[in-house]
Amino acid sequence: MNDLRTMIWKEWKDFLWSGGRSDLLRPLLNIAVLGIILPLSFSQGWINLDPAPVLIVLFTPFMFVILIISDAIAGERERHTLETLLASRISDRAILLSKVLVTVGYNWMMTLFCLLLGDVVVNLSQRLGQFEFYEPISLFAVVLVLCFLTTLLAASGGVLISLKSVTVRQASQTMLLGLIILGLAITAVVKLLPPGLTASLTTAQMVLIIMLVLVVLDTILLAASLASFQRSRLILG
Amino acid sequence: MPESIIHTEHLCRSFGTIKAVDGLSMDVPAGIVFGFLGPNGAGKTTTVHLLLGLLEPTEGKARVISFDTRSQADEIRNRSGALLEFSGLYERMSAEDNLDLYGRIYRMTGPERKARIKELLTHLNLWDRRKEKVGNWSRGMKQKIAIARALLHRPPLVFLDEPTAGLDPVAAAALHADLTSLVANEGVTVFLNTHNLAEAEKLCAKVGIIRNGKLLTIGSPDELRLRNGGHKVEIIGKGFNENTLTLLQARPEVKQAEFQNGRLIIELHGENKIGPLVTLIVQSGAEIEDIARGGESLEDLFLTLMQEEINE
Repeated sequence: MNDLRTMIWKEWKDFLWSGGRSDLLRPLLNIAVLGIILPLSFSQGWINLDPAPVLIVLFTPFMFVILIISDAIAGERERHTLETLLASRISDRAILLSKVLVTVGYNWMMTLFCLLLGDVVVNLSQRLGQFEFYEPISLFAVVLVLCFLTTLLAASGGVLISLKSVTVRQASQTMLLGLIILGLAITAVVKLLPPGLTASLTTAQMVLIIMLVLVVLDTILLAASLASFQRSRLILG
Repeated sequence: MPESIIHTEHLCRSFGTIKAVDGLSMDVPAGIVFGFLGPNGAGKTTTVHLLLGLLEPTEGKARVISFDTRSQADEIRNRSGALLEFSGLYERMSAEDNLDLYGRIYRMTGPERKARIKELLTHLNLWDRRKEKVGNWSRGMKQKIAIARALLHRPPLVFLDEPTAGLDPVAAAALHADLTSLVANEGVTVFLNTHNLAEAEKLCAKVGIIRNGKLLTIGSPDELRLRNGGHKVEIIGKGFNENTLTLLQARPEVKQAEFQNGRLIIELHGENKIGPLVTLIVQSGAEIEDIARGGESLEDLFLTLMQEEINE
């Protein structure tokens, strides 16, 4: 646990907040898009959690994770910091999990903050007499859980790809390819499902199945990443 | 006999058909700077990786700080420091944060880390610049911080892989001075990979020379010079003639005598006294102005060994 805390501290200092103004660019962009611009354009539909804003809320952090996670291991290798880290006493698990946790935690917290800000922005712009929160609140909770699971999927898949890539560029390209394949696979699976099956399910059941699939995928990808993290393989590049 | 901090027995590591380390057997005593010399691609870095347990040997075994490199690699890494091929610093982080990170990794307490970082940075004259991001620093300064990082948790053994590679002579000299004083202060054993022979001669109490993965020789620089053909004496003077050479060559302790740029160079078998030879030279009619006694340099020895290996 101590090792994990140390590595999270390191990820925070090195990757997210090293103290420069340029570090503000990414969070400010995130807040501007997801916390101000999109809520203003969807207005009431945003706090009613219409399908379009929900998909955007799930997709945006997923994309942010995809953009940054390729740097995780491949970036350390490219900047020649990985070898020294591997020569230290830090555990493999701490190195790997810190990268996943920081990426997921940061993006999930940022999404939560943007959703809360978006709610305030819509309330202010609509000049609603009474403060309105997201409706239904259960859907809001589901969105947050799904957001966590999708960012975890992107992070654990991304870390696995980054582990096997020599450069960040190679990792990004593979990640993009993986994203296309994932999209095609989802479309194929949805088309292959018997029409009666989807019609017979309630929305709650559908959401539960999606969550379950995501949990299984997340677990598989995380386990695969941990199994692939071998010092001897990484040291040889 | 001093206790060995590193002991290897027929250590081998192959990559496909290439034997990067080939039957390496050696002992490194504790408390010294050990120089591991060899040209690029000789197997020095692979040896360090094997000793740190980062790579598994294909044959043989090694014990480092009394731990087996195959089964107790975590213990070795916990008790040693390393500056590998690159400084490995996080360039977006400050010097202080880089050191603090490794202090945390080695589970030093907050006050311990603070005091140790101050001690090392003050020693290296970098305390005032501790808040600066190291990305803007020169290579020499980065190497200094990387050495401080390797020593931070007071390990008994430190691996330094080409620490002065790519540094200009001034920066390299400054780093040598810092390294010497730090090593003296800390009482640490240093395993120094280098192809800089002057560096090895200056810093190391014992050296091993490796080529194509094979250890060619090992010993103190003085021992190696002696082992490889005795001592040389350089005599500066006037009136040296053929008679001088004939007289010298007749002596049993003289291996070889020759003129080089008006100087008389005598190569002796082992550590013989020069007094009787001086008398002989004067008797031959020559006038002696200066005598410089010195062995073959480590560089000569290194080049000789490399040449022998190529010839074989």
